[in-house]
Formats: sequence, C-alpha cells, structure tokens
Amino acid sequence: MEAFTTHTGRAVPLRRSNVDTDQIIPAHWLKKVTRDGFEDGLFEAWRKDPSFVLNQPERQGATVLVAGPDFGTGSSREHAVWALQNYGFRAVISSRFADIFRGNSLKNGLLTVVLPQETVEELWRLTEADPAAEVTVDLVERRVTAQGVDVGFELDENSRWRLLEGLDDISITLRNESAITDFEARRPSYKPRTQAA
Amino acid sequence: MGRTLAEKVWDDHVVRRAEGEPDLLYIDLHLLHEVTSPQAFDGLRKSGRRVRRTDLTIATEDHNTPTLDIDKPIADPVSRTQLETLRKNCAEFGVRLHPLGDREQGVVHVVGPQLGLTQPGMTIVCGDSHTSTHGAFGALAFGIGTSQVEHVLATQTLPMAPFKTMAVTVTGELPEDVTAKDLILAIIARIGTGGGQGYVIEYRGEAIEKLSMEARMTICNMSIEAGARAGMIAPDETTFAYIKGRPHAPTGADWDAAVAYWKTLRTDEDAVFDHEVVIDASELAPFVTWGTNPGQGLPLSGSVPDPASFTDPTERLAAEKALEYMGLEPGQRLRDIAIDTVFVGSCTNGRIEDLRAAAEVLKGRKIADGVRMLVVPGSVRVALQAVEEGLDKVFTAAGAEWRHAGCSMCLGMNPDQLSPGERCASTSNRNFEGRQGKGGRTHLVSPQVAAATAVTGRLASPADLADVPALVEV
Ligand code: SF4
Repeated sequence: MEAFTTHTGRAVPLRRSNVDTDQIIPAHWLKKVTRDGFEDGLFEAWRKDPSFVLNQPERQGATVLVAGPDFGTGSSREHAVWALQNYGFRAVISSRFADIFRGNSLKNGLLTVVLPQETVEELWRLTEADPAAEVTVDLVERRVTAQGVDVGFELDENSRWRLLEGLDDISITLRNESAITDFEARRPSYKPRTQAA
Repeated sequence: MGRTLAEKVWDDHVVRRAEGEPDLLYIDLHLLHEVTSPQAFDGLRKSGRRVRRTDLTIATEDHNTPTLDIDKPIADPVSRTQLETLRKNCAEFGVRLHPLGDREQGVVHVVGPQLGLTQPGMTIVCGDSHTSTHGAFGALAFGIGTSQVEHVLATQTLPMAPFKTMAVTVTGELPEDVTAKDLILAIIARIGTGGGQGYVIEYRGEAIEKLSMEARMTICNMSIEAGARAGMIAPDETTFAYIKGRPHAPTGADWDAAVAYWKTLRTDEDAVFDHEVVIDASELAPFVTWGTNPGQGLPLSGSVPDPASFTDPTERLAAEKALEYMGLEPGQRLRDIAIDTVFVGSCTNGRIEDLRAAAEVLKGRKIADGVRMLVVPGSVRVALQAVEEGLDKVFTAAGAEWRHAGCSMCLGMNPDQLSPGERCASTSNRNFEGRQGKGGRTHLVSPQVAAATAVTGRLASPADLADVPALVEV
C-alpha cells in the first residue's frame, strides 16, 4: 500500500448526499477479475451526463473528492474504493461515511476525512469559484488546508500509523515473519502438502 | 479447565498472540477456486509478493464449469474469463490446479477430502462459505473473503477474531429413513439461520458418531446456513479409516504420529460450551424446506405453515414473503407440492454415497412425465466411481440426465439454471430467492427424497413409493 503523509491537489466538488457504492461502481463491473481498470466505471451513470462535474475539463487530474454526507453506503464492495483510486483520487472528504466503505478505504490507502458539513460547503464554494484552487490533506498534522480553510480532523491512531507507514494488513503480518517461520519449523511432518515444496 | 475440540485446534495454530490484537493463526491448507481468487492474485502482483507456501495451496475449477460438452469452448465470456484467469494465475504463481477435464477436478469441498488433504486438527480456509464442510474431519475450516485470500496467499496466516463455542448433541438413533440432510435441516430449523452467529458448532452424540464421513460432511457443510463460523465433528475410527490410503494421507511412522495426535482431538470432559442444544434423533423424519431460507423447513408429513401462526413479527413477515415467492398457500400439504425439476449434486450431497442413495430409489423406476432430473457428481472421481458401479445407467434408464462434475445448479453460474417460476427439489444447501436461477423456486431435500420426488412428481420420500412398484426387477 502506498504511504499517505500529506497530499495537495485540486478538488472535485460532488454536491450529492447518500452516494451509495452502486453509484460509485455499478454491479456489472464486479465481474472483472483485476483490481484495476475500474476508472471508467466510476460514477458511470452520472458520467453519461456531459454536465456532470467529473466531465468538466477543468476537473481533469483532480485528486481530492469533496462529497456530501453519507458517502459510500450500500453494498460492501471493495471495488468502490478501487474505482476511486484507479481514477486518481487520493482522498475523499465528507461529513459522514458509511462504516464498511470507510474501513475498506483505509485498508487500501484511500484517506477518508470527516469534516463538519460547514467546512465541506466552504470547500465546495471555494473550488466551484476557482477550479484551480488546491486542497492540502495533511495526515501528519491531521489538518485540511485550502484558501480560507484550516481545520483539524480525527483519525484513530492505528489507522493513521498504518497509512503513514503505508502498511496494509499483509505488511503488518509480515512484520512478524520470524514468528511465522518459527512456527513453520515446528510443524509436524505428517501434515499434508499439495506438492513438493 | 478443559478445552473444546475447536479451542484445541485453534491453540495449536497460534503463531502470535498479543494483548488487544486478534490471534494470528497458521493456515494448514488453502483451497482456491476461480470466483474469489482473481483480485487476490492481482493484489499479490501489484505489491510484488509471492505465494508463501504453494505446497499448502491447491486450486480447482467448479463454480463456472459447464456440465455438458466440456470439450467445447465455454460460451459465457465472464465464466470463460474467470477460468482462464485462474489458469494464468496458478501457472504464474506455481499453484497446483485441477482444471476442467482433469481427473481430480470437482467442487472444491469434495476434492480436498477425497485427495486426503483434509485431515483432523488442521486449519483450512477457502474463499467460499461452505468451507465448513471440512470440519467433518475435526478440522477448523472457515470461509473467507477475497482480501483474506490474498492475506493467506502472501503469509499463510490470518488474524482471526475469537469465537464462541456451541455443542449440538444429537442423542439416540436416526430412524432408518432419516438421513444426515434431514438432520441438519432439522437442526437449522431449530436454531434458526442466525442462531449460530459467532459460534463454532461441534456436533456430537451417539447419532453423530454413527454417521459415515460423507454424512458428517453433509452436516458440517450446512453449519454456515445456521450462521455459524464453522462446524466440527471429533475425529474417530471412521475418520481415520476414510483418510487411510488416500493420495495425501500420511504413511508409515507419520501415520502413527498423526493418529496419535488426532486421538487427542476430543472435547475434554470438563470443557464448557457457551451454548448447548440437544436433539433427539429418534424423533426425526424426512425434512424439506417450504420457504426461501434453509431454516424454513418441516417434516415432509407437514403442511405449509400459516404466516399468522408465527409469533415473532420478523419471522411472520419472512414467511409471508417466502410463500408469495414460492407460490404456496398456507395449509397446503407438502406432499402435494408438484415439482418440475430435481437436482442431485453439490458439496452438500454430491458424493458417492449420495448418488448411491438416489440410485437405490430410482432402480427399475421411471421419473414422472414432465419432470427433469439432473444428476451432477461432486467431482470427476465421484463420477468415475459411479460409472464403475453402474449408477449412471440407473439414472439414465430412469430418465434422468447424467452430467459432468461441478457446482452446476447449486448456484446456476453455469448454464444449469431454473427458469422463472420453475420449482425444484434440490439436494444443495441454499433455497434463497433466485439462487438456482432468476425466479426459480427451491425445496431443499435429501438425495433419497429427491429421487422419490422425481418418481412421483411431487415431494415424496422413498416410503411413499411402496405403491409404485419397480417396473423391472434388477
Ligand atoms: S456446490 Fe454450491 S455451495 Fe458448494 S461450493 Fe459449489 S456453489 Fe458453493
């Protein structure tokens, strides 16, 4: 997993609440067998509308999504996180996230930042008025800054540590690799093997 | 204080235990199939990781495989891609694979035990909820999600949250016409589809000890339908005899050491379960489901319940919705329900004993006009054995279709599906809405009931065939 310390980028204001994972990535995309290539499925239905914010030329290359409350509700599909990342988003800001989505995002290195709705609206106004405006999400200091905005955010210490270090579950387990190797050395020889080692 | 079987197996696999963290458990065997593995391999590739123990990993193709014309290219592009991806991944990462057409191919939970890879006291995982099947050998076997599949591939371990223990004690003896499938359906009806949540169930008692390994697998297979994390049965002489001589069974001094260890895998006398359920086997009868979850079942002699008779409002609503979907009326006798299709197969009831039981009923008989019956062996080995015993001939002579091994109509990912409104007596494990095909209606039954139902065209048990004599003496 890519480490997340601090990130600065242009933002996409998504003035919608209750964006569920089926809207983030529709079910028919789940038949894919890889973790990438989901960028074209991101918000697929809305992107058919030329006026949809993601379709605006000035939003190309933006990396911070600023969404309405209750983002990521519905099905637990991890594909929703992959789609946002494949598209290029590094962080999502909202006043409220669905639990499973938030868990999935932090596991995959997509930083989900909870800010008060007033701040979300300030960010919307700012980036709508000036699409070139940059937003900084600083995980070291736990602060979001932009022109006229400087607020702290909460994130539990364990998740923060994992993101800062770029550790996914597997990397964390592999920190105990010697314990695994020790255990393997003690395994009885009668345990079956599927093939010669 | 003494420990339960599940606790013993768990303790023997703890790689690391730290305050405030889930235990890190070592995994002895990782089974893979085409549906839940692709993103896991993709994740490995992305992070530049390898499969840590290819010698503890094995893959087979089952969910998407066709049961007809298996030498022709697969028509559905999604199915084809999933199979091709598994083949590519196994080749790249060095994982042993038994593809379609291979002698060892079959439903993943049939393949592991028949190869002798499933043994007592092991931890076994697979990206599939019916991994609980392997608990029949006294193994701790869990279904896992795709992220966990990747975790096991990379580390051969899994951080696991603690579980609670439940004993389901089955006293007395099963009546002659009552099978393991009837027993597990009765258990689920009793504890409910959520009753096992958070628990590892240990099935014990006289009636369980008398069961064959295949019957024990049928029981443990459906633990997940009671919401349990796993199901287990203590290993005994029946278990050892089943394993002995199989391709991956220990031999020589290893065999003796293994058996000595396996014999310690029993719940201690003074161990305490978090919850206990007792069932009297002698009171049971052939059991069928009438609804859309595996807990909605009754003895075949019963009638479709009136939703108003349920005191619990959630259950009442569930029953109302189920009857509407199933197209049934309260009070209708279960024996009067006419069936269009009969499916014998799956990891619940697709093993050789199941096929023998169904064939025994069908011998010299014909299935009813208008009924279609599919017999899908759980694996190629099961199929070969059945052919050797002439069971395939019994099925085809009765008018049933003898198919190639795989999951098939258990979940209809391949072309074997029910059409809307079609009603099926199925030996599989899930009667959820649309499970066997959009709009399809499923009644879960034992292989014996499935075969008798095919003959009469209505839900029936072999005892109901007394008036339908075999056409020819065989
Ligand atoms: S037979 Fe059915 S339950 Fe068993 S693994 Fe296949 S699809 Fe799942």
